[in-house]
Amino acid sequence: MTATEAKTDTIKPGMKVMTMLEAITDAMRTEMRNDDRVIVFGEDVGKKGGVFGATLGLQDEFGEQRCFDTPLSECGIIGAAVGMAVYGIRPIAEIQFLDFIYPAFDQIVSEAAKMRYRSGGEYTCPMVIRSPYGGGIRGGHYHSQSSEAYFCHTPGLKVVIPSTPADAKGLLIASIRDEDPVMFLEPKRIYRHGKGEVPLGEHVVPIGKGRIAREGTDVTILCYGAMVSVCEAAAEESAQHGRSVEVIDLRTLVPLDEEMVVASVQKTGRCVVVYEAPKTCGYGAELSAIVAERCIEHLEGPVVRVAGFDTPFPYTLEPLYLPDQKRVLAGIEKTFVW
Amino acid sequence: MSKTKKPAATTKAPPKVKARAKAATKPRGKQLAENSLPRPGFAAVGNPPSHTGGLVRVLDDEGCIEQGKDPNLAEDTLLFLYEQMVQVREFDRRMLMLQRQGRIGFYGPILGQEAATVGSTAAMEMRDWIFPALREGAAAMMRGLPLVEAINQLIGNGNDRCKGRQMPCHYTYKEGNYYGMSSVIGTQISHAVGAAMAAKIRGDDVVVLGYLGDGATSANDFHSGANFAAVFRSPCVLFCQNNQWAISVPCSKQSASETLAIKGKAYGIPSVRVDGNDILAVYVVTKAAVERARSGMGPTFIEAVTYRRLGHSSSDDPTKYRDEAEVKEWERKDPIDRFRRHLLRRELWDDAKETALKERIAKAVNDAIAAAEASGPPADETLITDVFAKVPENLKTQLTEVLALEGRRVNDGAFPL
Repeated sequence: MTATEAKTDTIKPGMKVMTMLEAITDAMRTEMRNDDRVIVFGEDVGKKGGVFGATLGLQDEFGEQRCFDTPLSECGIIGAAVGMAVYGIRPIAEIQFLDFIYPAFDQIVSEAAKMRYRSGGEYTCPMVIRSPYGGGIRGGHYHSQSSEAYFCHTPGLKVVIPSTPADAKGLLIASIRDEDPVMFLEPKRIYRHGKGEVPLGEHVVPIGKGRIAREGTDVTILCYGAMVSVCEAAAEESAQHGRSVEVIDLRTLVPLDEEMVVASVQKTGRCVVVYEAPKTCGYGAELSAIVAERCIEHLEGPVVRVAGFDTPFPYTLEPLYLPDQKRVLAGIEKTFVW
Repeated sequence: MSKTKKPAATTKAPPKVKARAKAATKPRGKQLAENSLPRPGFAAVGNPPSHTGGLVRVLDDEGCIEQGKDPNLAEDTLLFLYEQMVQVREFDRRMLMLQRQGRIGFYGPILGQEAATVGSTAAMEMRDWIFPALREGAAAMMRGLPLVEAINQLIGNGNDRCKGRQMPCHYTYKEGNYYGMSSVIGTQISHAVGAAMAAKIRGDDVVVLGYLGDGATSANDFHSGANFAAVFRSPCVLFCQNNQWAISVPCSKQSASETLAIKGKAYGIPSVRVDGNDILAVYVVTKAAVERARSGMGPTFIEAVTYRRLGHSSSDDPTKYRDEAEVKEWERKDPIDRFRRHLLRRELWDDAKETALKERIAKAVNDAIAAAEASGPPADETLITDVFAKVPENLKTQLTEVLALEGRRVNDGAFPL
């Protein structure tokens, strides 16, 4: 059950209202209780509980053997995690900000992603790399980027991005249980916004299934992460102008729920793709191509991308850079009038 | 530490005793004592980086055991080490020949480094893990990878464990806890360290041996891996085969450090330089490091000084960048000749045994080549399997579309995935 669905009910037994951050901690706690192979490590994740507090309390409960600080080396963190996963335990490695992941890029794309394939299935690399990503917190160049496309472009990696607290928990648990390496990217802008109901204990949201965040018939918006609530707001405003907008929260970029995307666009005949990464070669470009290839007979307007700029991520002009409700609305209109 | 110390009655009192006594009065005493290695004859780091200076040796050039250094290995062990080295060399020679004949696409020869690989791998228990670099394929075969399977990998045929996905010399052998590496230099160091951390967390009695070359000591992963190894006291041995050349770049241009071992020391890892062409020295040094790791005392860095006598690979021509006189000099230091002299001296070996061994190896290699070459290529489906645990729909579509162009179907239309 997602937070959006939960809103329509009263709080049920076994549910708790949480922020996304709390839901993420809850997911790790739940899995660490379930499976003693699961460990968590990274910079400042021990006593401090992470710079955002995602690992708060885990060292207290599980000890320093299972939740610990590492030296300040992203390639060391991921390299060690790969060795651990190959050996047979289940590491969750936190990279403090996605902007700092590049020293580990080699370990991710050359090693983790190719482990199963290159060894003919003898060795596998089931691990989760958790990292806050995206703009909206006035973080400037190096605390704001959305570099998900690099990882989506690498065969062998799954890329998961939640947009609600309940999904954050359910998808993270699914990621920890997954047999392949998962990039679990956390939209930090909504870490503490938009609380939602989250099931306590066991809660799994399967990887590879999108979510229809809002049903509609005139135009489909494809989005993920922090853009989902922006798109929902734009859809609401658009409804006042008589447009029925369907909003699809992709939840996982790899594997993509292509059938959900195609079915929706074939139904509506129009498509807007919204992402906050630089526009060129972003994940939205792939979505546009899929829609173009598979929905051409149904399209009644151009597939429109609403995205970040092809610039480094700015500090002061961040609000201008990020897609907002107004830009999404303009994108919707472009699919009708071009 | 006493646990790891074997009877070494014939050796003189090691200098570390002094260090220990002194250390007892200092706050860092415990660390100093632990950092001194348990076997006599270990050189401290920082000695001159000449071939012999500062190197642990057991055998002299003539194959005699240097005074007071006899490791007292069983005859079986000595013969095993010798036979393995001879087999590695013969296999290596034949595979390079296959490459020259166009029967395999690439090969990374080991000639001259047999003692370093065989001696170090032999010092591990079977339950211990090995993370190799390019020139340690022999370790997989020592652990039981059949020759035919090694050649399957070199060919990339349908019986290759890697399913024809990797270049030659990228063996994988899980039953032997031998890890399937990538071609990226140094990344396996962190993996070895991480696996050792995992073993420690799980409480397993497992030590990890991570191989690297001299060039890898410049790579990021060496530095982060060595640092993690030391900080987490992971039960591993980092074994650097300093074969003097990283493709065409000599060690002198790779690093301005006095030795490579000193880099390990800088990270707080007890480090030692060993004569990599002296199989007994390699064996005892590695054995001591393994015991040290097994007893909870953390990692050791070993710099084995050896020499790559052929090119980096079958694609490389070393005459373009190095002096042949240097190669000749190292031919005289051949590790197999040296150890054979030792065995002959002890009357453990003779010409008849040598001939019989070589005939046995030649037959085994011939049979393995014939069997491997009889195998066809990997099935088309293997292009898309093992990317993920479960084959995703988009990959099925991609393969089906391409095969249809060629009038082929995926396994008679029934996708077995």
